[in-house]
Amino acid sequence: MRDFYEELEESYRAESGPAAAPADDVIRPWGETQIVGKPLPRVDAYERVSGAAQYTADIVLPDMIYAAILRCPHAHAMVKSIDTGAAEKMPGVVAVLTGKSPGADLPWYGGRTAQSKLFDPHCRYEGEEVAAVAAQTPYQAWDALRAIKVEYEKLPFVLDDSALKPDTTRLHESGNSTGDPRVTKRGDVEKGFAEADVVLEETFTTGVQIHVPMEAHGSVVKWDGDKLTIWDSTQGVYNAVLFPAAQTLNLPLNKVRVVCKYFGGGFGAKLELGKYTVIAALISRKTARPVKITLTREETLLCVGNRPGARMTLKAGVKKDGTLTALQLTSVATPGAYASGTGVGFQVAELYRCPNVLITESGFYINAGRARAFRAPGFPPGNWPLEQMMDMLAEKVGMDPVDIRLKNFTDFSQMRNMPYTSTGLKECLTEGAKKFGWKEARAAKKGGGHTRRGVGVAAGMWQGGNGSPPYTAEIRMFMDGGVTIKTGAMDIGTGTKTCACMVAAEELGLPLDSVRIENADTAVTPYAPSSGGSMTLPGLIPAVRKGAWLVKRQIFGWASESLGIATEDLELKGNAVVSRSNPEKKKTVEELMRAHGVLDVIGIGNRDPNPADKATMPFAAHFAEVEVNTRTGEIKVLRLLGANESGRVINLHTFNNQVFGGMTMALGFGLTEKRVLDRQTGKMCNANLHDYKVPTALDVPLDHEVLPIDPKDTECNIVGCKGSGEPAHVPTASAIANAIYDAIGVRPTDGPIEPRTILELLGRKKRG
Amino acid sequence: MCEDPEDKRSDSHPGMSRRGFLTSVGAGATVAVSLKEIPEAPAQEIEASGQTATISLRINGSSRKLMVEPRWSLLYVLREVLGLTGTKIGCDRGECGACTVLIDGRPRYACMTLAIEAEGHEITTLEGLMDGEKLGPVQQAFAEEDAFQCGFCTPGQIMAVEGLLRRNPKPAMEEIRQGLSGNLCRCAAYRHIFNAAAKAAELRGKGGAL
Repeated sequence: MRDFYEELEESYRAESGPAAAPADDVIRPWGETQIVGKPLPRVDAYERVSGAAQYTADIVLPDMIYAAILRCPHAHAMVKSIDTGAAEKMPGVVAVLTGKSPGADLPWYGGRTAQSKLFDPHCRYEGEEVAAVAAQTPYQAWDALRAIKVEYEKLPFVLDDSALKPDTTRLHESGNSTGDPRVTKRGDVEKGFAEADVVLEETFTTGVQIHVPMEAHGSVVKWDGDKLTIWDSTQGVYNAVLFPAAQTLNLPLNKVRVVCKYFGGGFGAKLELGKYTVIAALISRKTARPVKITLTREETLLCVGNRPGARMTLKAGVKKDGTLTALQLTSVATPGAYASGTGVGFQVAELYRCPNVLITESGFYINAGRARAFRAPGFPPGNWPLEQMMDMLAEKVGMDPVDIRLKNFTDFSQMRNMPYTSTGLKECLTEGAKKFGWKEARAAKKGGGHTRRGVGVAAGMWQGGNGSPPYTAEIRMFMDGGVTIKTGAMDIGTGTKTCACMVAAEELGLPLDSVRIENADTAVTPYAPSSGGSMTLPGLIPAVRKGAWLVKRQIFGWASESLGIATEDLELKGNAVVSRSNPEKKKTVEELMRAHGVLDVIGIGNRDPNPADKATMPFAAHFAEVEVNTRTGEIKVLRLLGANESGRVINLHTFNNQVFGGMTMALGFGLTEKRVLDRQTGKMCNANLHDYKVPTALDVPLDHEVLPIDPKDTECNIVGCKGSGEPAHVPTASAIANAIYDAIGVRPTDGPIEPRTILELLGRKKRG
Repeated sequence: MCEDPEDKRSDSHPGMSRRGFLTSVGAGATVAVSLKEIPEAPAQEIEASGQTATISLRINGSSRKLMVEPRWSLLYVLREVLGLTGTKIGCDRGECGACTVLIDGRPRYACMTLAIEAEGHEITTLEGLMDGEKLGPVQQAFAEEDAFQCGFCTPGQIMAVEGLLRRNPKPAMEEIRQGLSGNLCRCAAYRHIFNAAAKAAELRGKGGAL
């Protein structure tokens, strides 16, 4: 399967088209808004709190059977034989599937260096698919899995960078390297280091973080003759499911219908077609019955993605006045057993003005679950060395951490070699510092005894968040003035649907409850890319506005003609178009439509290209206050503030919610979340939610604030919004690390920072 | 940490509270560590399925008579047999709280409760908080405060708050946090969930309770 991360990179190269042709009737920025920007309840709140929202696993169809997958229990093994005889005779069992079943010998994972199959006898990590069954109940399916006899030849396994040694076990024929290192170069770092007054070098590591959406991956699949319907828990009905599933099963696109109205989170883990979907489709075709498959929590922790841990060495040069002269980053990271993005360096070359940069990124395969794109792929890990290094440099040259970041501010995208349409990074830092009480908190005493307090800041950004074509929104006005939006875009929980309705309501002058939205059904709704890259809002919302504007232009045009009033003087009030200057003059929408022989008006809003000569990215500065217990190593996050610039805020509720959520997930990334592999067996020790620790209600600080920064961007798109889900997750962990340094005077370079880490650091400091 | 008085009496109720379950797992782990070698897993005897028992469950005020396998969880029966899919499956092993229902008014994990254990007890699911098509006060508060993102853990969070407010109508913030500590929200809408719990207490106080 293609990696979302790579597709994202490609989209940047492809997105810049010619600017939209100027026309007389152009869409202008809104003045004061009536709906957009307000904290409004979601349009699907009722469905989500009443239980009416149907998630994939909630679908129960007549005659449906349940599938389950047998997975390799070893880190590295070759399947020698599979005996399904006993399983086939188990009560309730309807079908058993292996790689030898008709139609099941399918290629998988593609890529230059790592080929595989749907059921590959060469199992390269604990959890690879070996066989599948379907039965009347999931209990009977699990029984049958235990009755399948598999003979494995256990192979030596490799879990770390020893994978690159010449004599070690090989995962793939091409070896264990993911390919040539990726090199990004600007200027001359040696010259930059020579010009510097201070040069520092440090090595940092981050752990393997796992997505853990609350809804496990799963599908319900049903055939009607040669037509296939897939309900899937996915971040993209088109890119993630329809296109690859139709290709894999050799079906025309219009014979496959993919539906996902509601799904329980993804964070990147649901950007790809699942093997389980194809397995369910094969079983369903074989048995002529609908099939439901829901992965167990353990399977999701083992098999459907993670954020690669990285080892990163950063060398930085700075002048006495705080000006950066050179940054050199060397990173190695592993995507697990198969190819996936492992880069971390973009931010190092982009966030601050720096003439000399050299980044070398490489990767290697190990016998563990494969990585997938994870909320701002590469950015929280890349932020970790960069933002800790900025503090290290600031200390050396005697500057405040906020000041050194402001000193190196840039409004020019060095990676794209063009200016930004806007950047609010400066305001994120200055306004954030003001609201946080940075100066006072920084100057305050660190506390006596064994608890020490400290504050930290970190800046960050995300390379996506701009949105780009193609996105299509169909806006249909009924004869009573009500509107339905149709789009193939997903609502991952970010409030896409609500924001779309708010924008249509704003453009048409309607109350929010006059606008309805239907989404994510490939048989019905027009194309939209997957929900990823913080692209959905800035991709979709301008298309919605354009579609609504086209509807308005049509209806107002008819009213203008019929009433003899200029369109500027018209507004939509309820079910009628009314003159602003003389409210007596009006026509109902129905009258206008009937006069033109229609009973609805449809506006097809296509997303216009982004400006060709400017780059659009969102920015953030996060602040943290922590308390560290120097006896136990316990870390308490007392206070967090996120100043985030994502262009115009559409819904203040959903925006704040995103930022709270992204920062909290980053708190897990920084302090508690990591995959633990057993060195003796190669198996994952913590494939459950007791031992893989995502933040709970007791881990989040009550004092947590969000500060939206709006740069009033009129160039990025016709709404002025950027994405927020990913930038909200980028700098928080680094801010916490910097706060810990401020508290105890030792720097936690290895993440996640556990109590043990703190005690080891303090012990080392004591011993000198 | 506040003591949850409920834990002390968890033996008298079917199902397990989060911390009750933790304790029992912890004990098991101690035994495993004391072993010198990790033994091969013994060949498992598979019990014949299809053996059913007839039970009667009180769900949301009405009685349902049905045939279940003794091993079926209450969660499975609610969702796949009765179609009450408001109760979500998140981990199926007592770790996330997405399947929280009320049993005799107290929050319990439906995945850790066998259907046969639930016989003779009053079960309330998310659907049971509705008044026809009208939302209950806790649901209303969650909608107004934007107390969710993807909405998948939401039914469990709502049931946890409902259970909390039934025994403590005016909880302090720390009690709200404790009351929600067995319900994970990966989108981390916690801040808004806390606000919704406080608002729900207010709405119920104003006679919004069913």
